[in-house]
Amino acid sequence: MVNSVVKKIVNGDVRVAAKLIRDIDDGAPGTREILKALYRHTGNAYIIGITGAPGVGKSTVADQMVHALRKNGKTVGVLAVDPTSPLSGGAILGDRIRMQRHSLDEGVFIRSLATRGQFGGLTQSTRSAIDVVDAMGKDYIIVETVGVGQDEIDIAKSAHTTVIVVVPGMGDNIQAIKAGIFEVGDIFLINKSDRPDAEKTLNDLKAMIDITRKRFKKEGWEPPILMAEAVGNKGIVELLNEIEKHRKNRKALSRESIIRHKKAIARFELIDMIKSRLVEEALNHIINSLEFKKYLDCIIDGTKDPYSACDELLSAKLNFLEDENTE
Amino acid sequence: MSNRRRIKVLISVIGLDGHSTGAEIVSRFLMDAGMEVVYLGIYQTPEMIVSAAIQETVDVIGISSHASNYEQIGLLIDLMKKDNLNDIPVICGGTIPKQYAEALIKKGVSKIFPPQSTSESIINYIVSSVKR
Repeated sequence: MVNSVVKKIVNGDVRVAAKLIRDIDDGAPGTREILKALYRHTGNAYIIGITGAPGVGKSTVADQMVHALRKNGKTVGVLAVDPTSPLSGGAILGDRIRMQRHSLDEGVFIRSLATRGQFGGLTQSTRSAIDVVDAMGKDYIIVETVGVGQDEIDIAKSAHTTVIVVVPGMGDNIQAIKAGIFEVGDIFLINKSDRPDAEKTLNDLKAMIDITRKRFKKEGWEPPILMAEAVGNKGIVELLNEIEKHRKNRKALSRESIIRHKKAIARFELIDMIKSRLVEEALNHIINSLEFKKYLDCIIDGTKDPYSACDELLSAKLNFLEDENTE
Repeated sequence: MSNRRRIKVLISVIGLDGHSTGAEIVSRFLMDAGMEVVYLGIYQTPEMIVSAAIQETVDVIGISSHASNYEQIGLLIDLMKKDNLNDIPVICGGTIPKQYAEALIKKGVSKIFPPQSTSESIINYIVSSVKR
Protein backbone atom coordinates (compact mmCIF):
# COMPACT_ATOMS: atom_id res chain seq x y z
CA MET A 1 0.00 0.00 0.00
CA VAL A 2 2.67 2.46 1.10
CA ASN A 3 4.86 1.63 -1.89
CA SER A 4 2.13 2.08 -4.46
CA VAL A 5 1.12 5.44 -2.97
CA VAL A 6 4.73 6.61 -2.97
CA LYS A 7 5.22 5.43 -6.54
CA LYS A 8 2.13 7.27 -7.72
CA ILE A 9 3.15 10.50 -6.02
CA VAL A 10 6.67 10.34 -7.41
CA ASN A 11 5.12 9.84 -10.85
CA GLY A 12 3.17 13.04 -10.29
CA ASP A 13 -0.30 11.60 -9.59
CA VAL A 14 -2.19 14.73 -8.53
CA ARG A 15 -5.12 12.91 -6.99
CA VAL A 16 -3.06 10.65 -4.76
CA ALA A 17 -0.79 13.49 -3.69
CA ALA A 18 -3.76 15.75 -2.93
CA LYS A 19 -5.45 12.98 -0.96
CA LEU A 20 -2.30 12.42 1.09
CA ILE A 21 -2.10 16.13 1.95
CA ARG A 22 -5.73 15.94 3.06
CA ASP A 23 -4.99 12.90 5.24
CA ILE A 24 -1.98 14.65 6.78
CA ASP A 25 -4.20 17.60 7.61
CA ASP A 26 -6.87 15.35 9.09
CA GLY A 27 -4.34 13.36 11.09
CA ALA A 28 -5.54 10.15 9.41
CA PRO A 29 -3.75 6.96 10.45
CA GLY A 30 -1.10 5.60 8.11
CA THR A 31 0.13 8.92 6.74
CA ARG A 32 3.31 8.79 8.78
CA GLU A 33 4.43 5.55 7.18
CA ILE A 34 3.88 7.03 3.73
CA LEU A 35 5.81 10.19 4.67
CA LYS A 36 8.70 8.05 5.91
CA ALA A 37 8.91 6.26 2.59
CA LEU A 38 8.37 9.44 0.62
CA TYR A 39 11.15 11.35 2.32
CA ARG A 40 13.97 9.95 0.22
CA HIS A 41 12.27 11.38 -2.88
CA THR A 42 12.37 14.89 -1.48
CA GLY A 43 15.04 17.57 -1.46
CA ASN A 44 14.98 18.49 -5.13
CA ALA A 45 12.55 21.40 -5.15
CA TYR A 46 13.59 24.96 -4.44
CA ILE A 47 11.32 26.30 -1.72
CA ILE A 48 10.32 29.96 -1.73
CA GLY A 49 8.40 31.40 1.20
CA ILE A 50 6.20 34.43 0.64
CA THR A 51 4.95 36.08 3.75
CA GLY A 52 3.33 39.36 4.76
CA ALA A 53 0.22 40.88 6.29
CA PRO A 54 -3.23 40.15 4.79
CA GLY A 55 -3.94 42.28 1.72
CA VAL A 56 -0.37 43.10 0.71
CA GLY A 57 -0.73 41.03 -2.46
CA LYS A 58 1.03 37.75 -1.65
CA SER A 59 -1.27 35.67 -3.84
CA THR A 60 -0.92 38.07 -6.75
CA VAL A 61 2.87 38.04 -6.40
CA ALA A 62 2.76 34.23 -6.28
CA ASP A 63 0.53 34.15 -9.36
CA GLN A 64 2.94 36.31 -11.35
CA MET A 65 5.90 34.26 -10.17
CA VAL A 66 4.19 31.06 -11.30
CA HIS A 67 3.52 32.68 -14.67
CA ALA A 68 7.16 33.70 -15.09
CA LEU A 69 8.53 30.35 -13.92
CA ARG A 70 6.24 28.46 -16.28
CA LYS A 71 7.49 30.62 -19.16
CA ASN A 72 10.95 29.31 -18.31
CA GLY A 73 9.64 25.78 -18.43
CA LYS A 74 9.77 25.18 -14.69
CA THR A 75 7.08 23.26 -12.82
CA VAL A 76 5.63 24.85 -9.71
CA GLY A 77 3.73 23.85 -6.59
CA VAL A 78 1.93 26.47 -4.54
CA LEU A 79 0.87 25.95 -0.94
CA ALA A 80 -1.37 28.80 0.19
CA VAL A 81 -2.02 28.95 3.91
CA ASP A 82 -5.04 30.87 5.21
CA PRO A 83 -6.08 31.28 8.83
CA THR A 84 -8.59 29.02 10.57
CA SER A 85 -11.30 30.80 12.53
CA PRO A 86 -10.47 30.33 16.20
CA LEU A 87 -14.18 30.39 17.03
CA SER A 88 -15.70 27.94 14.56
CA GLY A 89 -12.65 25.99 13.38
CA GLY A 90 -13.72 26.70 9.81
CA ALA A 91 -11.87 28.69 7.17
CA ILE A 92 -12.35 30.40 3.86
CA LEU A 93 -9.48 29.54 1.55
CA GLY A 94 -9.55 32.15 -1.18
CA ASP A 95 -6.03 32.27 -2.57
CA ARG A 96 -6.89 30.32 -5.70
CA ILE A 97 -8.95 33.28 -6.93
CA ARG A 98 -5.73 35.13 -7.77
CA MET A 99 -4.21 32.10 -9.48
CA GLN A 100 -7.11 30.99 -11.67
CA ARG A 101 -5.23 31.18 -14.93
CA HIS A 102 -2.97 28.31 -13.82
CA SER A 103 -5.79 25.98 -12.82
CA LEU A 104 -5.66 23.95 -16.03
CA ASP A 105 -1.88 23.89 -16.31
CA GLU A 106 -0.57 20.43 -15.49
CA GLY A 107 2.79 21.89 -14.57
CA VAL A 108 1.21 23.72 -11.65
CA PHE A 109 -0.19 22.22 -8.46
CA ILE A 110 -2.02 24.62 -6.18
CA ARG A 111 -3.21 23.62 -2.74
CA SER A 112 -4.92 25.69 -0.04
CA LEU A 113 -4.22 24.88 3.59
CA ALA A 114 -5.96 26.16 6.71
CA THR A 115 -3.81 26.87 9.74
CA ARG A 116 -5.92 24.50 11.90
CA GLY A 117 -3.35 23.23 14.34
CA GLN A 118 -3.43 24.28 17.90
CA PHE A 119 -0.09 22.88 19.03
CA GLY A 120 2.19 24.14 16.32
CA GLY A 121 0.47 21.72 13.98
CA LEU A 122 0.60 24.19 11.14
CA THR A 123 4.33 23.93 10.87
CA GLN A 124 4.20 20.16 10.85
CA SER A 125 1.43 19.69 8.31
CA THR A 126 2.74 22.42 6.03
CA ARG A 127 6.20 20.90 6.10
CA SER A 128 4.74 17.49 5.29
CA ALA A 129 2.73 19.05 2.45
CA ILE A 130 5.96 20.60 1.14
CA ASP A 131 7.52 17.11 1.20
CA VAL A 132 4.62 15.69 -0.80
CA VAL A 133 4.82 18.40 -3.48
CA ASP A 134 8.61 18.07 -3.51
CA ALA A 135 8.30 14.32 -4.13
CA MET A 136 5.90 15.04 -7.00
CA GLY A 137 8.95 16.52 -8.71
CA LYS A 138 8.02 20.19 -8.87
CA ASP A 139 11.02 22.44 -9.57
CA TYR A 140 9.79 25.23 -7.31
CA ILE A 141 7.44 25.29 -4.34
CA ILE A 142 5.96 28.60 -3.28
CA VAL A 143 4.65 28.64 0.28
CA GLU A 144 2.40 31.57 1.01
CA THR A 145 1.65 32.44 4.63
CA VAL A 146 0.25 35.32 6.62
CA GLY A 147 3.30 36.53 8.48
CA VAL A 148 1.95 36.50 11.98
CA GLY A 149 2.93 34.22 14.82
CA GLN A 150 5.68 31.79 15.62
CA ASP A 151 4.42 29.03 13.34
CA GLU A 152 4.75 31.20 10.29
CA ILE A 153 8.22 32.30 11.24
CA ASP A 154 9.10 28.63 11.63
CA ILE A 155 7.81 27.87 8.14
CA ALA A 156 9.86 30.74 6.78
CA LYS A 157 12.92 29.11 8.31
CA SER A 158 12.26 25.98 6.26
CA ALA A 159 12.19 27.90 2.96
CA HIS A 160 15.36 28.29 0.93
CA THR A 161 14.50 31.90 0.16
CA THR A 162 11.96 33.90 2.13
CA VAL A 163 10.35 36.93 0.53
CA ILE A 164 8.67 39.43 2.83
CA VAL A 165 5.99 41.48 1.12
CA VAL A 166 4.98 44.89 2.46
CA VAL A 167 2.95 47.78 1.06
CA PRO A 168 3.47 51.53 1.43
CA GLY A 169 1.47 53.60 3.83
CA MET A 170 1.00 50.97 6.50
CA GLY A 171 3.16 51.92 9.43
CA ASP A 172 1.62 49.07 11.35
CA ASN A 173 2.71 46.69 8.68
CA ILE A 174 6.33 47.30 9.50
CA GLN A 175 5.59 47.29 13.20
CA ALA A 176 4.29 43.75 12.89
CA ILE A 177 7.34 42.73 10.93
CA LYS A 178 9.64 44.03 13.62
CA ALA A 179 8.31 41.37 15.93
CA GLY A 180 10.42 38.61 14.44
CA ILE A 181 9.49 37.69 10.90
CA PHE A 182 11.73 40.50 9.72
CA GLU A 183 14.85 38.59 10.68
CA VAL A 184 14.02 35.66 8.45
CA GLY A 185 13.53 37.78 5.32
CA ASP A 186 16.05 37.20 2.52
CA ILE A 187 14.35 39.57 0.10
CA PHE A 188 11.96 42.43 0.76
CA LEU A 189 9.33 43.39 -1.76
CA ILE A 190 7.43 46.65 -1.57
CA ASN A 191 4.30 45.80 -3.50
CA LYS A 192 1.77 48.37 -4.77
CA SER A 193 4.75 50.70 -5.06
CA ASP A 194 2.81 53.16 -7.21
CA ARG A 195 1.16 54.30 -4.00
CA PRO A 196 2.33 57.37 -2.14
CA ASP A 197 4.80 56.75 0.67
CA ALA A 198 6.65 54.00 -1.20
CA GLU A 199 9.82 55.99 -0.74
CA LYS A 200 9.22 56.29 2.99
CA THR A 201 8.62 52.54 3.27
CA LEU A 202 11.88 51.95 1.42
CA ASN A 203 13.77 54.15 3.87
CA ASP A 204 12.12 52.47 6.86
CA LEU A 205 13.13 49.07 5.57
CA LYS A 206 16.67 50.19 4.82
CA ALA A 207 17.01 51.45 8.35
CA MET A 208 15.78 48.19 9.75
CA ILE A 209 18.03 46.05 7.63
CA ASP A 210 20.90 48.15 8.90
CA ILE A 211 20.09 47.00 12.42
CA THR A 212 20.37 43.33 11.56
CA ARG A 213 23.20 43.77 9.07
CA LYS A 214 25.61 41.79 11.20
CA ARG A 215 23.81 38.53 10.70
CA PHE A 216 23.50 39.09 7.00
CA LYS A 217 27.18 39.99 6.61
CA LYS A 218 28.12 36.70 8.16
CA GLU A 219 26.16 34.85 5.49
CA GLY A 220 27.43 37.08 2.71
CA TRP A 221 23.97 38.17 1.75
CA GLU A 222 22.44 41.56 2.23
CA PRO A 223 18.66 41.42 1.66
CA PRO A 224 17.70 43.56 -1.31
CA ILE A 225 14.62 45.74 -1.18
CA LEU A 226 12.63 45.64 -4.39
CA MET A 227 9.68 47.63 -5.69
CA ALA A 228 6.80 45.91 -7.46
CA GLU A 229 3.29 46.35 -8.78
CA ALA A 230 2.30 42.73 -8.95
CA VAL A 231 -1.11 43.39 -10.52
CA GLY A 232 0.63 44.96 -13.52
CA ASN A 233 3.40 42.33 -13.49
CA LYS A 234 6.01 44.98 -12.67
CA GLY A 235 9.04 43.97 -10.65
CA ILE A 236 8.44 40.21 -10.85
CA VAL A 237 11.36 39.43 -13.17
CA GLU A 238 13.62 41.40 -10.83
CA LEU A 239 12.25 39.44 -7.89
CA LEU A 240 12.98 36.12 -9.57
CA ASN A 241 16.48 37.33 -10.46
CA GLU A 242 17.17 38.15 -6.83
CA ILE A 243 15.83 34.76 -5.75
CA GLU A 244 18.21 33.15 -8.23
CA LYS A 245 21.08 35.25 -6.87
CA HIS A 246 20.21 34.21 -3.34
CA ARG A 247 20.13 30.59 -4.45
CA LYS A 248 23.58 30.93 -6.00
CA ASN A 249 24.82 32.71 -2.93
CA ARG A 250 23.71 29.79 -0.77
CA LYS A 251 25.45 27.35 -3.07
CA ALA A 252 28.65 29.38 -3.07
CA LEU A 253 29.04 29.20 0.71
CA SER A 254 31.89 27.09 2.00
CA ARG A 255 31.24 23.40 2.56
CA GLU A 256 31.46 23.85 6.29
CA SER A 257 28.94 26.61 6.41
CA ILE A 258 26.55 24.72 4.15
CA ILE A 259 26.72 21.74 6.49
CA ARG A 260 26.38 24.00 9.50
CA HIS A 261 23.34 25.59 7.92
CA LYS A 262 21.78 22.24 7.02
CA LYS A 263 22.43 20.92 10.49
CA ALA A 264 20.81 23.94 12.11
CA ILE A 265 17.69 23.49 10.00
CA ALA A 266 17.55 19.72 10.50
CA ARG A 267 17.98 20.18 14.24
CA PHE A 268 15.29 22.81 14.38
CA GLU A 269 12.86 20.73 12.32
CA LEU A 270 13.48 17.56 14.27
CA ILE A 271 12.98 19.30 17.61
CA ASP A 272 9.82 20.84 16.23
CA MET A 273 8.55 17.46 15.07
CA ILE A 274 9.30 15.82 18.42
CA LYS A 275 7.71 18.73 20.23
CA SER A 276 4.44 18.60 18.36
CA ARG A 277 4.10 14.82 18.65
CA LEU A 278 5.02 14.91 22.29
CA VAL A 279 2.55 17.63 23.09
CA GLU A 280 -0.21 16.05 21.05
CA GLU A 281 0.18 12.58 22.52
CA ALA A 282 0.82 13.67 26.08
CA LEU A 283 -2.03 16.12 26.01
CA ASN A 284 -4.45 13.54 24.63
CA HIS A 285 -3.29 11.06 27.21
CA ILE A 286 -4.00 13.53 29.99
CA ILE A 287 -7.17 15.28 28.90
CA ASN A 288 -8.92 12.05 28.00
CA SER A 289 -8.25 10.57 31.42
CA LEU A 290 -10.75 10.24 34.25
CA GLU A 291 -8.40 12.12 36.57
CA PHE A 292 -8.50 15.14 34.30
CA LYS A 293 -12.28 15.32 34.60
CA LYS A 294 -12.06 14.81 38.36
CA TYR A 295 -9.53 17.60 38.76
CA LEU A 296 -11.63 19.86 36.59
CA ASP A 297 -14.62 19.29 38.88
CA CYS A 298 -12.43 19.99 41.91
CA ILE A 299 -11.38 23.34 40.47
CA ILE A 300 -15.02 24.25 39.86
CA ASP A 301 -15.95 23.08 43.41
CA GLY A 302 -13.18 25.21 44.82
CA THR A 303 -11.59 22.19 46.51
CA LYS A 304 -8.48 22.38 44.37
CA ASP A 305 -6.49 25.22 42.86
CA PRO A 306 -5.44 24.90 39.19
CA TYR A 307 -1.72 25.06 40.06
CA SER A 308 -1.89 21.97 42.26
CA ALA A 309 -4.23 20.28 39.79
CA CYS A 310 -1.65 20.80 37.03
CA ASP A 311 1.28 19.54 39.12
CA GLU A 312 -0.59 16.50 40.40
CA LEU A 313 -1.98 15.57 37.00
CA LEU A 314 1.43 15.79 35.42
CA SER A 315 3.16 13.70 38.02
CA ALA A 316 0.35 11.14 37.97
CA LYS A 317 0.05 10.81 34.21
CA LEU A 318 3.58 11.51 33.04
CA ASN A 319 5.63 9.69 35.60
CA PHE A 320 8.95 10.72 34.10
CA LEU A 321 8.26 14.32 35.00
CA GLU A 322 9.74 15.26 38.33
CA ASP A 323 7.90 17.49 40.69
CA GLU A 324 9.17 21.01 40.25
CA ASN A 325 9.36 21.53 44.00
CA THR A 326 11.67 18.62 44.70
CA GLU A 327 14.41 19.98 42.49
CA MET B 1 -6.63 11.67 15.65
CA SER B 2 -9.72 11.54 13.50
CA ASN B 3 -11.26 14.44 15.41
CA ARG B 4 -9.03 16.73 13.39
CA ARG B 5 -11.09 15.98 10.32
CA ARG B 6 -12.96 18.90 8.78
CA ILE B 7 -15.53 18.97 6.02
CA LYS B 8 -14.01 20.65 2.97
CA VAL B 9 -16.35 22.32 0.51
CA LEU B 10 -15.62 23.95 -2.85
CA ILE B 11 -17.84 26.95 -3.62
CA SER B 12 -17.87 28.48 -7.08
CA VAL B 13 -19.89 30.54 -9.51
CA ILE B 14 -19.96 28.92 -12.93
CA GLY B 15 -19.79 30.17 -16.51
CA LEU B 16 -20.54 33.72 -17.54
CA ASP B 17 -22.01 34.61 -14.19
CA GLY B 18 -20.58 37.38 -12.04
CA HIS B 19 -23.07 37.24 -9.17
CA SER B 20 -20.70 36.50 -6.32
CA THR B 21 -22.70 37.69 -3.30
CA GLY B 22 -24.70 34.48 -2.80
CA ALA B 23 -21.59 32.30 -3.06
CA GLU B 24 -19.73 34.54 -0.64
CA ILE B 25 -22.53 34.47 1.94
CA VAL B 26 -22.78 30.69 1.70
CA SER B 27 -18.98 30.42 2.07
CA ARG B 28 -19.14 32.56 5.15
CA PHE B 29 -21.82 30.61 6.99
CA LEU B 30 -20.21 27.30 6.09
CA MET B 31 -17.00 28.62 7.65
CA ASP B 32 -18.98 29.63 10.72
CA ALA B 33 -20.30 26.07 10.81
CA GLY B 34 -16.72 24.83 11.11
CA MET B 35 -16.11 23.83 7.51
CA GLU B 36 -13.16 24.64 5.29
CA VAL B 37 -14.32 26.41 2.17
CA VAL B 38 -12.23 26.67 -0.97
CA TYR B 39 -13.75 29.68 -2.68
CA LEU B 40 -13.04 29.90 -6.41
CA GLY B 41 -14.93 33.10 -7.26
CA ILE B 42 -16.73 33.91 -10.50
CA TYR B 43 -16.44 32.91 -14.18
CA GLN B 44 -15.24 29.37 -13.53
CA THR B 45 -15.47 26.74 -16.25
CA PRO B 46 -16.39 23.14 -15.42
CA GLU B 47 -12.77 22.19 -16.17
CA MET B 48 -11.41 24.73 -13.69
CA ILE B 49 -13.82 23.52 -11.00
CA VAL B 50 -12.91 19.86 -11.55
CA SER B 51 -9.20 20.65 -11.49
CA ALA B 52 -9.57 22.57 -8.22
CA ALA B 53 -11.72 19.80 -6.69
CA ILE B 54 -8.96 17.29 -7.43
CA GLN B 55 -6.09 19.45 -6.19
CA GLU B 56 -7.97 20.39 -3.02
CA THR B 57 -9.57 16.96 -2.26
CA VAL B 58 -12.97 18.41 -1.39
CA ASP B 59 -15.96 16.54 0.01
CA VAL B 60 -18.72 18.58 -1.63
CA ILE B 61 -19.01 21.02 -4.55
CA GLY B 62 -21.44 23.92 -4.26
CA ILE B 63 -22.39 25.90 -7.38
CA SER B 64 -24.11 29.24 -7.26
CA SER B 65 -26.16 30.04 -10.35
CA HIS B 66 -27.90 33.34 -11.10
CA ALA B 67 -27.47 33.66 -14.84
CA SER B 68 -29.56 30.90 -16.43
CA ASN B 69 -26.43 28.92 -17.29
CA TYR B 70 -27.73 25.50 -16.31
CA GLU B 71 -25.96 23.79 -19.21
CA GLN B 72 -22.66 24.63 -17.56
CA ILE B 73 -23.78 22.73 -14.47
CA GLY B 74 -24.71 19.79 -16.70
CA LEU B 75 -21.30 19.93 -18.32
CA LEU B 76 -19.70 19.93 -14.88
CA ILE B 77 -21.60 16.76 -13.96
CA ASP B 78 -20.55 15.10 -17.24
CA LEU B 79 -16.94 16.02 -16.69
CA MET B 80 -16.99 14.75 -13.11
CA LYS B 81 -18.36 11.41 -14.29
CA LYS B 82 -15.64 11.23 -16.92
CA ASP B 83 -12.98 11.98 -14.30
CA ASN B 84 -14.38 9.49 -11.77
CA LEU B 85 -15.41 12.18 -9.34
CA ASN B 86 -19.08 11.21 -9.13
CA ASP B 87 -18.69 10.33 -5.47
CA ILE B 88 -18.45 14.06 -4.72
CA PRO B 89 -21.98 15.47 -4.28
CA VAL B 90 -22.77 18.62 -6.26
CA ILE B 91 -25.27 21.01 -4.72
CA CYS B 92 -26.64 24.14 -6.36
CA GLY B 93 -28.23 27.32 -5.17
CA GLY B 94 -29.56 30.47 -6.73
CA THR B 95 -32.33 31.41 -9.13
CA ILE B 96 -33.01 28.08 -10.80
CA PRO B 97 -36.60 27.65 -12.08
CA LYS B 98 -38.38 24.49 -11.04
CA GLN B 99 -38.36 22.72 -14.41
CA TYR B 100 -34.60 23.30 -14.79
CA ALA B 101 -34.03 22.22 -11.23
CA GLU B 102 -35.78 18.92 -11.92
CA ALA B 103 -33.71 18.39 -15.04
CA LEU B 104 -30.50 19.05 -13.11
CA ILE B 105 -31.47 16.56 -10.40
CA LYS B 106 -32.09 13.99 -13.12
CA LYS B 107 -28.71 14.83 -14.54
CA GLY B 108 -27.00 14.02 -11.23
CA VAL B 109 -27.04 17.14 -9.07
CA SER B 110 -27.60 15.98 -5.49
CA LYS B 111 -29.69 18.84 -4.21
CA ILE B 112 -30.88 22.28 -5.27
CA PHE B 113 -31.49 25.03 -2.76
CA PRO B 114 -33.94 27.60 -4.14
CA PRO B 115 -34.12 31.22 -2.93
CA GLN B 116 -35.38 31.43 0.69
CA SER B 117 -33.44 28.30 1.68
CA THR B 118 -32.12 28.61 5.23
CA SER B 119 -28.46 28.37 6.07
CA GLU B 120 -29.33 25.53 8.48
CA SER B 121 -30.88 23.46 5.69
CA ILE B 122 -27.73 23.83 3.58
CA ILE B 123 -25.35 23.10 6.48
CA ASN B 124 -27.38 20.08 7.57
CA TYR B 125 -27.52 18.70 4.06
CA ILE B 126 -23.76 18.99 3.63
CA VAL B 127 -23.05 17.38 6.99
CA SER B 128 -25.37 14.47 6.27
CA SER B 129 -24.09 13.90 2.75
CA VAL B 130 -20.41 13.70 3.69
CA LYS B 131 -19.30 10.19 4.50
CA ARG B 132 -17.67 10.45 7.87
